[in-house]
Amino acid sequence: MTFHHHTLPNGLTILGETNPAALSVAVAFWVKTGSRDETPDVSGVSHFLEHMVFKGTPRRDAFAVNRDFSRIGADNNAWTSEENTVFHAVVLPEFLPQLEDVLADILRPSLRGVDFETEKKVILDEIVRYEVQPGWAVYDQARRTFYAGHPLGNSILGTTQSISALTRDQMAAYFRRRYVAPNILAVAAGNFDWDRFVHLVGQATADWPIGDAPRTNRTEPPGAGGVHLITKPADKVSQQYVTMIAPAAPADHALGYAGALVSTVVGDYTGSRMFWALTDPGLADEAGMGIDECDGAGAYYTSFNCDPDRAAECFGIVRRLLEDVQKNGITQEEFQQAKTKVLSREVRAGERTARRMATVAKDWVYRGEYRSVDDELAAWDAVTMKDVREVLDRYPLTNQTVTAYGPLEKLT
Amino acid sequence: MPQEIHTHALANGLTLLAERMPHVRSAAFHILVPAGAAHDPAGKHGLAGLLCDLMTRGAGTRDSRQLSDALDNLGVDRGESTGTLNVQLSGATLARNLLPTLAIYADILLRPHLPEGELDAAKSLSLQDLQSIEDEPQRKVMIELRKRYYPDPLGRDQRGTAEGVMAATIDDVRSHHRTLFHPRDVILAVAGDVDWPALKGEVERLFVDWKPQARPPLAVARPEPKSGHIDKDLDQTQIALAFPSVPIGDPDFYHARGAVGVLSQDMSSRLFTNVREKHGLCYSVYASYETFRDRAAIVGYAGARPELAQETLDRTLEEFRTLVNGIEPDELDRVRVGLKSALIMRQESTSARASAIASDWYFLNRIRPLEEIQAAIDGLTVRGVLDYLRRHPAKGVTVVTLGPGALQVSQK
Repeated sequence: MTFHHHTLPNGLTILGETNPAALSVAVAFWVKTGSRDETPDVSGVSHFLEHMVFKGTPRRDAFAVNRDFSRIGADNNAWTSEENTVFHAVVLPEFLPQLEDVLADILRPSLRGVDFETEKKVILDEIVRYEVQPGWAVYDQARRTFYAGHPLGNSILGTTQSISALTRDQMAAYFRRRYVAPNILAVAAGNFDWDRFVHLVGQATADWPIGDAPRTNRTEPPGAGGVHLITKPADKVSQQYVTMIAPAAPADHALGYAGALVSTVVGDYTGSRMFWALTDPGLADEAGMGIDECDGAGAYYTSFNCDPDRAAECFGIVRRLLEDVQKNGITQEEFQQAKTKVLSREVRAGERTARRMATVAKDWVYRGEYRSVDDELAAWDAVTMKDVREVLDRYPLTNQTVTAYGPLEKLT
Repeated sequence: MPQEIHTHALANGLTLLAERMPHVRSAAFHILVPAGAAHDPAGKHGLAGLLCDLMTRGAGTRDSRQLSDALDNLGVDRGESTGTLNVQLSGATLARNLLPTLAIYADILLRPHLPEGELDAAKSLSLQDLQSIEDEPQRKVMIELRKRYYPDPLGRDQRGTAEGVMAATIDDVRSHHRTLFHPRDVILAVAGDVDWPALKGEVERLFVDWKPQARPPLAVARPEPKSGHIDKDLDQTQIALAFPSVPIGDPDFYHARGAVGVLSQDMSSRLFTNVREKHGLCYSVYASYETFRDRAAIVGYAGARPELAQETLDRTLEEFRTLVNGIEPDELDRVRVGLKSALIMRQESTSARASAIASDWYFLNRIRPLEEIQAAIDGLTVRGVLDYLRRHPAKGVTVVTLGPGALQVSQK
């Protein structure tokens, strides 16, 4: 595998990892904007705009957009997070030119008023769709509570109120501010010709505007702390859902690998402390810990859901478990096992072009560097028990903000 | 690219399948045992799920914790699931760890401890899984659809019932294992960087002592599909539907896949375009194909806000019914490219390949070469698909809804 990069005169970054043995090529336009870059009056605009990007351009109506992806058998989609909006597709190598043509075209959407109103209904339905899934509802609420006004707590979908009130002109203004060439990367991984890709992207994006798309408030939030209950009637929500958030290392932090190993030891889906304490004895249906590494800040997410009658017991167990790891650290065996798991996952992820594409993009966006699969493996190998202690001291697992969602009125 | 596929039948009835994939460092396995929920005895629905859970709580010389640690120390990502007819055990890791991993799975299949002391924990997890369906309306409506559409035991909820789970004893679990876990008709499929002679020799050694016996026949009731409505105060009405298609071995199989593709392959397909895009009725609407060996169905799903649910149902049904009136050549061209691209792109995943060759063997008693599937997809014609739809029209569709208030189903 070979890495390449290039910056166009308008500031757009092009990245590529070529692998002649791959059967496909994965491509994306990666826009560095998301809900954290929104003001309250346009809450949800990044995600709504992601939908509108598929609604057509001067060259294509909405149907033609979908048809032109379909014609080349593209496995395409898009997603919006707190800080990225990504339009991606995987195709067989021979279809790369057609893919680049449609993908670059849609990044300059017409934002037609009539499409805007129709799509608004779909977004409103999507908001309800997530609200009725307690596993999602608790996550959204927990983030809002933990971040306490910090923009990373902004809702990605927005609310029924904010989306209903949003105008086409507000969206167009947001688009002009955020979708400038220097704020966008074109990325490819897999079986493709690099020079040809640079040429295709260069041609398709030559007239994209230059501009500054700064991000405000890149502070590390301390977390609100406390235990917050959102009580729902038992006939609406049958289980109790608990999500705990604690500050963790940001995406570009040297201790990120150690933090990820800690979260594997504490909350992986097999063999972790939480697995043995909650899942194995049948106390909680689902339990685990993950880490979210963002721009300038990170967070540990610890969550479980269980019968409401057992929620207090489970909560006590998790709290004691986190205190124990915080105080006494992890064992050498746990440390080695977590490394083994992570290394095995890295190797397998490296075998899929879509996963490589996303990793290459993220490493560049967050760390400003390229890392091959082998670089990545070496970095995991290099983590020491001392790093683990250091990350625990710097980002304590006991510094939790707790949100509970379900029938209960109190958790202890 | 030529495929390298191996098959080997053990004398006791177990079939070993392997596909060697160049350029990967991983290997995946997929095991099918005909011991799914359809085999649960009366009054003990949920037994298969309990057995599946308990099998990994200690086997051979290892107790539950040692077993889990051994797999984690080999970097095995894994899962067990109870299907209608089969129990599936699957996993993936680095290729060099494959043989030691299979040795552990031989213990799990042949020598599980099925500890009595952990039955309550397994029961508790099963009961919570049943309870959690109430918080996932989309999953619930699909379960309710299958219950009403398929004859017993094919339409059973694989999770069983709360009463069945409570009633099961450890003797039931152990006797279920003795009756159903023997090598006849068991499929062990492997894909990745495998060394066939070494794999074959090791599997012979690991499974040679597994004694075959006759499998109890499965009595399937006469089909009597029934539509229905489940009233629940939800913010989104869930709509599920089904009607008969042809199973995978049928000469019309690819025509059925073509028909489903025109309806629901991607964002240019009819359901997405006509129900979601043109009218903004809902976020999610799809059709899919599902098959047993002797029967198959086309199923559909839509979720919409209650005030839009009737129109969503009407328009969705209309799309299924009017498909027979005509298909544009361009629509079918797109389905062909999509099916072929997906086929090739799945070749990059060892897990997807292990699962695909196991599935082919289960349904067809052979592995379809990629060229055969590609040729069949190339051979799809509008006329062929329309003729299929005339023979198998969307008539007498079973519709199940979940939400506030029943909907009218027009049976034209």
